[in-house]
Amino acid sequence: MDFNDTKEEAAFRIEARAFLAANAEPKAGAKPVLRQSGVDQQAVERCKAWQAKKADAGFAGLTWPKRFGGREASPILQVIYNQEEDAFVVPRGLYEIGLGMCIPTMMAYAQPEQLDRYVKPALRGEEVWCQLFSEPAGGSDLAALRTRAERDGDDWVINGQKIWTSGAHLSDFGIIVVRTDPNLPKHEGLTFFFLDMKSPGIDIRPIHQMSGARHFNEVFFTDVRVPDSQRLGAVGQGWKVSLTTLMNERLAVGDVQRPEVDDLLELSRKLRIDGKPAIQNGAVREKIAEWHARSQGLKFTRFRTMTALSKGETPGPENSIHKLVNASKLQDIASYGLDLMGAGGLVIDDDLAEAYAMFQSALLSSPSSRIAGGSDEILRNIIAERVLGMPSDVRVDKGKPFNQVPTGRR
Amino acid sequence: MNFDFSDDLKQLRDQSRRFLSERCSPAVVRRSLDGQEVYAADLWREIAEMGWIGAAIPEEFGGAGLGYEGLCVLAEEMGRAVAPVPFASTAYLAAEAILTAGSDAQRREYLPKLADGSLIGCLALSEGSGNPDPAAIQARVVGGRLTGAKWPVADGGIADIAVIVARDEHRQPSLFVASLADVRRRDLTTLDPTRNHARLDFDATPVQPLGSGGWGSVQRVLDRAAILFAFEQVGGADACLRMACEYAQERFAFGRPIGSFQAIKHKLADMYVALELARSNAYYGAWALGADATDLPLAAATARVSATEAFHLASKENIQTHGGVGFTWAVDCHLYYRRSKQLGLTIGSAPFWKHRLVDLLETRNAA
Repeated sequence: MDFNDTKEEAAFRIEARAFLAANAEPKAGAKPVLRQSGVDQQAVERCKAWQAKKADAGFAGLTWPKRFGGREASPILQVIYNQEEDAFVVPRGLYEIGLGMCIPTMMAYAQPEQLDRYVKPALRGEEVWCQLFSEPAGGSDLAALRTRAERDGDDWVINGQKIWTSGAHLSDFGIIVVRTDPNLPKHEGLTFFFLDMKSPGIDIRPIHQMSGARHFNEVFFTDVRVPDSQRLGAVGQGWKVSLTTLMNERLAVGDVQRPEVDDLLELSRKLRIDGKPAIQNGAVREKIAEWHARSQGLKFTRFRTMTALSKGETPGPENSIHKLVNASKLQDIASYGLDLMGAGGLVIDDDLAEAYAMFQSALLSSPSSRIAGGSDEILRNIIAERVLGMPSDVRVDKGKPFNQVPTGRR
Repeated sequence: MNFDFSDDLKQLRDQSRRFLSERCSPAVVRRSLDGQEVYAADLWREIAEMGWIGAAIPEEFGGAGLGYEGLCVLAEEMGRAVAPVPFASTAYLAAEAILTAGSDAQRREYLPKLADGSLIGCLALSEGSGNPDPAAIQARVVGGRLTGAKWPVADGGIADIAVIVARDEHRQPSLFVASLADVRRRDLTTLDPTRNHARLDFDATPVQPLGSGGWGSVQRVLDRAAILFAFEQVGGADACLRMACEYAQERFAFGRPIGSFQAIKHKLADMYVALELARSNAYYGAWALGADATDLPLAAATARVSATEAFHLASKENIQTHGGVGFTWAVDCHLYYRRSKQLGLTIGSAPFWKHRLVDLLETRNAA
């Protein structure tokens, strides 16, 4: 065992580090970048400028084909780049979904001339993409979606509503899965398209989250026309195409958010219990030890994944454990840190709050982490079924025409 | 990044797993459980012949010189098989203490015999209830002779030699080594009858000091052993998860396999998550042992905390998944439930290692 890069990996790491050092500010010493509460117009400009720079230097789309501006590099180089980038303050939040999920789906299903048109502008950050999957009646049960598309000449006409669409208001294009035949069973009547988010009939309304952020949107479709040429996959194959997108989701989502256990450690050195630093309290120590073990366990699990990637193996659904463990840990650490602060933990004012108010802000944002991108419950199902081989749940909607199955809230 | 065992060691893992599934079946474990034999002496001999006990002992002292990663791989399989042999006591504790603290002469005297199975070793640390604590050591050596009671001592009833923690002439808790030939012993009844435990009453027993003394040398033995114990715990947890998954697919209720119910799925997923975290932490420990890394103590505490939690969870939820038959004597779930507690309590329980972990984080922070 060792933690050394191969020759190629080491050379790439040096190259990436040099690019970052020349173009970005190191994180060390800077105020921590907390979970962004959405991307405003100024931030959009910063994201666009950074993405263009990154693409021009050849660090965007590392694993993509060369003809689209990628390097056809092994996934391990992407992991190495991410590790290096993590030490710098760089604008985030605008392209993860487009480049992580939408464009890979396009690459699997779009026509060559469409790829020539769309991939490069996406990679340089000139065009932003969003993913229109979830609906009020289709969250964990995604295939229960009800948005309809009906054929009209060379077009399809879309009516309905999507929800939880990150960055829809900033997006130029989107990928969407809709119901084209409600008389067929749930998974069989779906079809997949990409569309122009500026099309007439699209109404985007931000969702005000409990954390105060407005990161997600509701997107309403009223007679929105999409040409049949923008269909991805065959009519009725929308579920299969969606799975391609979702396979990328769990790799794209799941950054470590703060406060981490080290932030709690720092806090418990500073706060006092019974006149002594809280870190000397037995109960506090046991909690910190448990979270430290969990954090380290995830870190070294990532090292095992990197080892597999480095050997050219494909990591499987076992990666679901990262988000499952991290999201709950975040919520628990946030809540425990506030407990240590007592009533002072209620205060969010910048000049008074402990630790840049990161514990307070995580308390309010962590519930969304436990749900977005696959809820805790869905992730446990995935582990049980796809890793441990448990049989799938009994489905009462199996084989029934979709329009005879109850969906949503009754 | 090469954070995995080598192909050679993976081969060793497969071979040892196959060997133990044949020679250390639950029927063999049950002979100790039911008191028909104190430990599986035939199995012990075979393990010794294959060089497993001395896996990490250098060849110059009669070992196989496979290195610590090799011993870690074997430890996981011993845990998986709930092996009723004094492997941990001999290899992780006695041999390690002599190797790390002993003089060259002591290494030459003891290690070859420990490696070939002709001597069984043990660590006599506890003096009744309470986690490892220098202040709690009462056993004392005066004029080269040890007096005091040690209990419970894992494998104390079958060991030939013991490494003992006792106060030296300066009242410093230190390591000693002694033959147990003339020591009064009493086998104890414990939660886990598949491992021998005894009370040792030393009464002016001649002992040799092992190393220059001080609690540091004791803690060093415990740290290194914690990583090896973590691998046994990971092996045990993995076995429990597999048992539970198998049963959940075979057992039908309400017209369907119970593994199709989310209540069972989520339980199994939680066992899997705890196991994978523990395994990853144990791997880091294996690396730290092999490299004799400066952060070995922190790696050990982390691995120990993680593995104790994983095996405890897996062994209790395996019973729960089995339902009623899970708590019968005839079904093997309780072998793991018992062993999980045995491994979790020996060399210090979870709270001890959690406190040590935070002590080490604080030492690192002060540096």
